[in-house]
Amino acid sequence: MRDVSLDIQPGELVALLGPSGSGKTTLLRVIAGLNSPDRGRVLFDGENATNLPVQDRHVGMVFQNYALFKHMTVADNVGYGLRVRSRRTRPSRPAIKARVAELLQFVQLDGLGDRFPAQLSGGQRQRVALARALAIEPRVLLLDEPFGALDARVRKDLRRWLRDIHKQTGLTTVFVTHDQDEAMELADRVVVLNEGRIEQIGTPEELYDRPASPFVISFVGEAVALPVTIADGHVKFGGHELHIDTHGLRSGPARVFFRPADIAVAAEGDGDLEGRVESLRRTPAGVRATIAIDGYDQTLEIDSPLEHSASLGGRVPLSLAKARIFPADERDAYVDAGDGI
Amino acid sequence: MTSPVLVGKNARRFTAPGVIPGFGLTFGYTLIYLGLIVLFPLATLIWWASGLGLSGLCAIAAEPRVAAALRTTFFISFAAAIVDLFFGLIVAWALTRYDFAGRRLLDAFVDLPFALPTAVAGISLAALYSPNGWFGAPLADYDIKIAFTRWGILVALIFIGLPFVVRTVQPIISELEVELEEASATLGAGRAQTVLHVMLPPLAPALLTGFALAFARSIGEYGSVIFIAGNIAYVSEIAPLLIVVKLEQYDVAGATGIATIMLAISFAALLLINLVQAWSRRRFGHV
Repeated sequence: MRDVSLDIQPGELVALLGPSGSGKTTLLRVIAGLNSPDRGRVLFDGENATNLPVQDRHVGMVFQNYALFKHMTVADNVGYGLRVRSRRTRPSRPAIKARVAELLQFVQLDGLGDRFPAQLSGGQRQRVALARALAIEPRVLLLDEPFGALDARVRKDLRRWLRDIHKQTGLTTVFVTHDQDEAMELADRVVVLNEGRIEQIGTPEELYDRPASPFVISFVGEAVALPVTIADGHVKFGGHELHIDTHGLRSGPARVFFRPADIAVAAEGDGDLEGRVESLRRTPAGVRATIAIDGYDQTLEIDSPLEHSASLGGRVPLSLAKARIFPADERDAYVDAGDGI
Repeated sequence: MTSPVLVGKNARRFTAPGVIPGFGLTFGYTLIYLGLIVLFPLATLIWWASGLGLSGLCAIAAEPRVAAALRTTFFISFAAAIVDLFFGLIVAWALTRYDFAGRRLLDAFVDLPFALPTAVAGISLAALYSPNGWFGAPLADYDIKIAFTRWGILVALIFIGLPFVVRTVQPIISELEVELEEASATLGAGRAQTVLHVMLPPLAPALLTGFALAFARSIGEYGSVIFIAGNIAYVSEIAPLLIVVKLEQYDVAGATGIATIMLAISFAALLLINLVQAWSRRRFGHV
């Protein structure tokens, strides 16, 4: 991890998003106190927790593989954090039992307290892990790839359910994911990580509309990258000139990023680019065309209204509605290309 | 080859059909070899001893020298197995959980007591612990004698039994996820609590198995012990040695008598351990 600075508001639901090896789990473990940072500090409510041992941090951690205690029943798992408290602060047996029952009901597992983890489904196990983490009334709830090990349908349900849990408990929650849909759907704010550094912190809207780096734009949602050159404030792609504001950018190689939705078939002689229609497929809304842009090695799919449907193999003009331009080698510098054309 | 077990209509109940057939064949071989190699010799022993009758066996067991030897064997074997339980767990833990230079080499050393002729082990231990040996001499300064006393037997039996505990516990430790410890810690448990409540219960069945194996091996151990024990009657004489002594005196009945008594006690002890094992599997069965 390098120079990571992250401020999480109380009650916020934050996603740490990044490809594997980007340091998102490490960051989560540093917050939990399972890894210690070489430099830097971890603050909880302004209080320095950097040297606080894991036991005293009061973080509720849900591990990717849930790490349930297999030799304990579900109820014993959930009550574990209460039973291991020192005699002074430990609730009475009946109090623990009542709290466990309440938590099991909260995670919709009432009646399964006597089961062993091996007798539960993946989704149920995850809820046990969550109930166990909530039992200690944590200051912050940390979830490592909470939906990673579940099948797609259970994931969808659990996403909505986690959102509800967060609303009901009001707990500051941080979760790690490599799935951008998951991050965008759930989180108030998303932290995009790459190679140990934070690429951007922002709401899902900010990430979609104002991505701060080439990495963010290509990782969050689909994007097409065109290699261009900037000369005297003009953006050139092959023989075409793209009408993009280059204010603040030096001349030289650069890359233009745009979403497939931001490109459309233009009127004749009005386009920024030209492409060849590779295939056409009828969809309810119109026609989906796969188009190969000259000088670009990948094809892109666009939806075009029926009246524009060109013939297969024919050439069509394309216009960019919205694009962002980044210098080719400087990964951090960027300018807002605005709404372009 | 057909096995008699599969004959008859109830044979199906004996086993569920699986992907790999051959229950009849494997079960037949199991019975034959177990019978020829284990049960038949033991039956012969009991057959020979049966000439003595129960009263004869009791008389042999009551002989002061025999009783002392049996006590020595079983008590010291038990003590050695207990020591192996702790050391074995620590060794298995260190070898499985941590990666360090020379780990594989150290891991290979664990098996040496299996491979070494036990007499060699006994002679080396005796040389080391004798009053003028490398360990024995400094200890002698403090008036501690190991070789040629009961402590010598204990040392030899610990040596013999250690790999059993290490090798049975190791695979279970490697299956324990580190996340379990971490989860326990995030929930506020101290280190001792984590070890006691989270780590040890899943290991309990394997520890018991290792203990039983080390104990059983120690009871029968002969080669390494006789070199270091000093073999003083009533003090450091083990039952297996007494059997040999009796045989050398052509007292075959006495020898088979001791052997039968040992067999009975060992069987009872192992049965007890198995019962505890079964209980703990039920208790921690979902591991």
